[in-house]
Formats: sequence, C-alpha cells, structure tokens
Amino acid sequence: MTRVAVLKGGRSLERGVSLRSGARVANALAHLGHDVASIDVGGDLVARLRDVAAHVAFVALHGPFGEDGTVQELLEVVGMPYTASGVSACIRCSDKVLAKHAMRDAGIPTPDFFAFNETAFRELGAAGALPEMEQRLAFPIVVKPASQGSALGIKFARTAADVPTALVAAFSYGDKVLLERYVAGRDLAVSVLEGDAGPIALPVVEAVPRDREFYDFEARYEIGRTDFLCPAELAGGVAQRAQGLAVEAYRLLGCYGFARIDLMLDETGALYVLEANVIPGLTDTSLLPQAAEAAGISFEDVVARLVDLAIARARPGRADAGAPA
Amino acid sequence: MTIDDRPRRGEPTRRDLERYGGLFAQRTKVMKSSAMRDLMAITKRDDVISLAGGLPDTSTFPPASFAALMDQVASQSCARALQYGPTEGLDSVRRCVTEVMAAEGMAGIDPDDVLVTTGGQQVIDLMCKTLIDPGDVIVAEAPTYPGAVPAFCAYEADVVQIEMDGDGMRVDVLEATLDRLEHEGRRPKFIYTVPTFQNPAGVTLSMPRRERLVALAHERELLILEDNPYGLLRYEGEPVPTLRSIDGGEFVVYLGTFSKILSPGIRVGWTVAPRPVLEKMNLGKQSADLCSSPMTQHFVAAYFESGRWREYLRSLSEIYRRRRDTMLDALTEHLPRETEWTHPQGGLFIWVTLPDYIDTTDLLARALSAESVAFVPGRAAYLDGRGGSSMRLNFSGVGENEIREGVRRIGKVVREQVGLYGTLTGASPPQAEPAPPPIDPALAKVLRLPERGRPPHRDRRTGAEQ
Repeated sequence: MTRVAVLKGGRSLERGVSLRSGARVANALAHLGHDVASIDVGGDLVARLRDVAAHVAFVALHGPFGEDGTVQELLEVVGMPYTASGVSACIRCSDKVLAKHAMRDAGIPTPDFFAFNETAFRELGAAGALPEMEQRLAFPIVVKPASQGSALGIKFARTAADVPTALVAAFSYGDKVLLERYVAGRDLAVSVLEGDAGPIALPVVEAVPRDREFYDFEARYEIGRTDFLCPAELAGGVAQRAQGLAVEAYRLLGCYGFARIDLMLDETGALYVLEANVIPGLTDTSLLPQAAEAAGISFEDVVARLVDLAIARARPGRADAGAPA
Repeated sequence: MTIDDRPRRGEPTRRDLERYGGLFAQRTKVMKSSAMRDLMAITKRDDVISLAGGLPDTSTFPPASFAALMDQVASQSCARALQYGPTEGLDSVRRCVTEVMAAEGMAGIDPDDVLVTTGGQQVIDLMCKTLIDPGDVIVAEAPTYPGAVPAFCAYEADVVQIEMDGDGMRVDVLEATLDRLEHEGRRPKFIYTVPTFQNPAGVTLSMPRRERLVALAHERELLILEDNPYGLLRYEGEPVPTLRSIDGGEFVVYLGTFSKILSPGIRVGWTVAPRPVLEKMNLGKQSADLCSSPMTQHFVAAYFESGRWREYLRSLSEIYRRRRDTMLDALTEHLPRETEWTHPQGGLFIWVTLPDYIDTTDLLARALSAESVAFVPGRAAYLDGRGGSSMRLNFSGVGENEIREGVRRIGKVVREQVGLYGTLTGASPPQAEPAPPPIDPALAKVLRLPERGRPPHRDRRTGAEQ
C-alpha cells in the first residue's frame, strides 16, 4: 500500500477550490487502496511532511506557493516524490509573462501583450507609455495579474479611461500585470495527460458562459453558470490543431504528469495559447476531469497515473522529465 | 501525525457533478454565489484580523452563568427540552419576546401573535416562502443586508433596491419607484428594511421618514418587513419608535432576534405579524423544521427568568460603544481623505466608501494576502453589481487593539491603491496625511451610488450628532 500525502488548501486565494480538488483526489486515492493523509498546507508544512512520511505527495494546490514551484522545491528538499510538474516548469507556467515570452520565442501563437510590475509605473513613468500600448493592442484590452491561475482579477478595459482602474484591480493580486490583446472568439481548454509514450492531448473542452459577457471567476466554479461542451464541436481540423498546440506548449514549458492549456479560437480560425496551468482544477466541475472522462479515462485513472509518474520520476537514474525541452 | 478527512472505503467516487445538473431546480441557477465566497474562506485563517463578520462578542458572556442556566434547564425541564416543541414556540419564550419588544417601545404585544423562529434569518426565508412567486418584486434598501440576498435570490424575487442617505432609505425615491412599478402593473409583495442601525450601512431611518414609510404602506396596502436585530444596541442619541409601533400591527411584519442581545448560537428569533400572515408563516415553518430547538428556547426562558438580560445588554452596549469609537478614530487616523464612512449611533457596522476606481472585491484579495485583514466587499449588499467601491466593517466581533490594527492595515492597502491610481492617471500624488475627522455627519451623500461623481471634499467637522 502506497502512502500518499494530499496537499491542499493553503493560503492562496484559490484555497476554496483547492480544498475541493484535494477532497476529491483523497477520495479517489482511497478507492485505489492507498493510505491517504490530507494536509492543509500551512506554516507547519515541512514538519507535517516529515511526520506523515508518505511515499509520494499529491499536490492539489492552486495558485501561489502550490503552483509556482515553492511547494515543489520544499518537496525536493525533503526528498518526497510529488505529482505533476517540477520546480522549473511551475515557475515558468505560473508566471504568465514568462510562459508567453517562451511561447512567442518558440513561435507558438499567443496574444500580443505587454507586462509591467508596479515599480515600472511608480518609478519609471510607465503610465506615459500606456497610449502606445493601447494603440498596439487595440480595445478592448485584457488586463490581468501575471500570477493568478484563476480568473480572479481579470478585467476588460473597453476604453483608455478603464485602463488605470483595471490595472489597480489587477495589481491587487500580484506585483506583475499583463496587458493583453483581447481575442474575441471561443474559449477552449485542452488537457494534456502524460501517457506511456509521452504527453497525450485529451478531447477539447469549450466553455460557454450562459449569461456573462466574459468568462468570469464565478462562472468557472459554479454549476449551471457555464456550459461545458466536451468534446467541443469544432470544424474540420481545429480540434487537432488545438491539441497539437497544447502538446507543443506542454513540451516547451517542460510540464510533467498533466496540465491544462487554455486557448482562444478567433473568427478566422486562428488559435492562440493563453496560458498553461500546471495544476488544473480537479473539482467536480473542473475541465480536466471532464476531458479525461470524455476520453474514457476515469478520474481514478488520472489520479493513479499521476501517482505512478511521480514515483517513476523519483527513481534513481531516471532523467528529470520535468526539465524544459 | 494528524490525518484528516480520510475518505471512507466503499463510498462511491463522486463523478462529475455536471451529471446532476439536469436535476437541479431552476431556482438553484439563480442562487447567489461568488468569488467572494472563496475569498471569504480565507478570512477564517488564524492570522487574519477579520472585520468582515457580523459577529456579536460572545466571549463576555460569563461561563458560570451559562453553566447555571443549562443546569437549570436540565434539572427543571430535561424531558421537555429534549422533546419536540410547538411550531409557534414555547409560551415562556413568547413572553420573553413581549418583554424585549416592550423595552423597544412596543408594549402590549399579545404572545399569541409571536412566532418563534430559528434565528431572525428564518423570518426572511419564511416571508419569501409565503409571499414570493418567481418574478415578484421585493423592495429593499441599497445597500441591503448581505444575508438577505441569497434568500431573495433563492425564491427568484425581483429585488428593487432604494438608495439611502444618512437618514436611511430615501422614502421619496421609494414612492417614485412604487409609482413606476404600479405603471408597469407590478405591486411589490413587501418592503424589506433594517431601519435602525442598518446592516450594512449603519444608518438609522429618521422619524419623518418612518412615519411616511408606514403611511405609504397603509395607503398602498403593502407589507413591510421590519428587521430589527440591533435596536437595543444604541450608543448615543435617543431611541426612535419602531415601524411596528407606528403601524400598530396592520402592515408591518416585525422581525426580532436574541442573537445580538444574548447569543446567535442559540438560533432563536421571532416574528410578530398580522394574524393571516403569521398563520401562513407558521405553516411554512412546519415544513422547514417543525419547531425551533426547545433546548435553546428553555435556555432563553431561564435566562430571562434570571432577570439579568438588561444588565448584560448594558455591558455589551458599553463594550461595543468603545469599539465603535475606536474604529471611528482609527478610520480618521488611517484612511486617506478620498474616503468616506458612516457614523452609526448603534448596531455593529460602519460602511466605508472608497474612490470609485477602487474595487473592494479586488482590494480584499490584496488586503488578505498582503496584510491579513478582511472586510465585506460592498458588492455583497447589492443584487445588481453596484457597491463595488464600498465595504462593510464590523466593530463588535474583535477587540479594540485588533480594530485599530485592522483598520491600519486596510488604510495601508487603500493608500497604496490611491497612490497607484494617481501614478497611472498622472493625477497628483496620493495624500500622505490621514483623512480629517468624520465627515459631515448628515452623510447626505455617503451612501451615494458608486457610478455617480464624487462630491467635493467637505469641511472638517468633529460633531457626532446626527
């Protein structure tokens, strides 16, 4: 029997979502016959990890600390194998700016953007360059914190007058903010799961908000607020292209185990990668479990595979599959 | 080693809840829930100073008194306390209710007109349950009690919110709104108001407006739900008559509770309503919970029998008055001058309004992560997305030092955002000095709607009279 520590909760703003993901994972692990210890991550995490002495840690944390490589680094230090991406991939993906630069450099399409931290505005007069940014990106402009995994703090500036307010809001969630060209179109998510022969893209999910102009945080986590179509009904070849791009981004960013790649499909049929989530939501309404189910892979199978992969990565002699490609 | 929430073996793995989506009632789709819920989950962290709750301070209730009362319940009413009780409530508790209402200037209430409920919250639910069909109009204040919002939404009411100022609900606006609704052929089922020390705004409906509001109800034969949890928690000024006492019991449904004068943990509230309404609510309560807990009702009866409730109320009021003063002083010291707030004469809450460009839901994220302090974002008190730049602060739930520190932390994040906005717009740098003492207590524009222009800055005034 494998002893698995499920890390959940934590201090992040996505604590509530993480608690739901963690509870579901713990349930699945117990079904799989594992010995489960759930840890609500806090100031005593290192001590708890030592106490629990699990064979493997299942990281069901979302947002800062859980997804940005911090907890992964600690797990490396205490020598406990853990699920999903390694430290460097977590750092790259949790910072949307790093991820977008990497994708742009590698030729993976991502919406045009600018990113600044608060200091640039406070000390370098970056506000003076806003008109140029606005001109290049064109309204509406998406303004979002660089580090939030959820839709928290995402604002849509329709005019120049909206930009300062949107920036103030986005800076509430972190020091770095992204101004991004808005891609009007369909909101797609491709979950990638590591198979025996490398990453496999699961069926594409489309999120269709029922009554909102834009997909928002509330809709994402509430049943009945958003319709999820899985597999998404896409015209010839789009699904394959989306899946191909997702796997390409997954490899480029050095993800491991699983990840969810969010994309936009515009009216011309062009696809853009918005971001990669190294620990996608695992709640009842989350997209990755839905996509897996559509592919005939049960939630328990996903969980089991992630645990196996974590143990495999930690085996001596095995190259770190989490290293960037 | 601690292992928590270990799942039980053999329990079916819960598959995608979407599968059950088709089974949910239509009304669950409009049930209000939000990002705020996840943010509020974090306020429960130990290191967070929460000015977000609506909690009375139960730590001042003497444990010895609690033990003695429970002992009395056990020795004198054990079997009855453990048994079901009448739906309308124990007679002994209904007499306590009339005693409290007499203390609020409503002498001579017939105990038979009292329905004891599971907290005051149940009255709001029962009111909706007995009166509201989907699409029916409820008139409420803007902002309104955030806890009423989910109840109104659950019954698919169309809530029309009436703006307030320092004298409470703008009854002239109400009248115009009622006219408009009448033109549309719609008649509100009831007007929901917290006229005294309003939650969340902290303001009190003035006497002329009370009279006009009751007159309106009589003229148009509309019910008013008067929610009065805080009336006895007055720290300054003279008591004003309740709507129920002006009305005499024709169109006012009165909601009272022991939550703020004794304990919210006992979950005992009540309503006094016109008999036909009361009977329907009684039926509604039967299906909800048969009866409120006889155990805690016996506790209430024993407590009132001991004769100490007024004394405890006085001590609570004194504690809360000091905390309110501490919060008002701290706001003056720490919030920038672009900020405004109300000056409640009683109750538990102060309503703070920031510049329009600050969204208090986003601000809460920063306040929690950077400063570990929490408040209720104003949007929770509106059903239409307004209130984005306001927040509700509670001063009853934590001690004076925490209030001072909590407000200092809020002041810090607010000043940072004001400064950042100034930088982004090229406006003058933020005012480093603190705000002047409380603004014009008439507060004519404090509760103004967020989309309106900001009033020019007003003169310093220290007077606390309203």
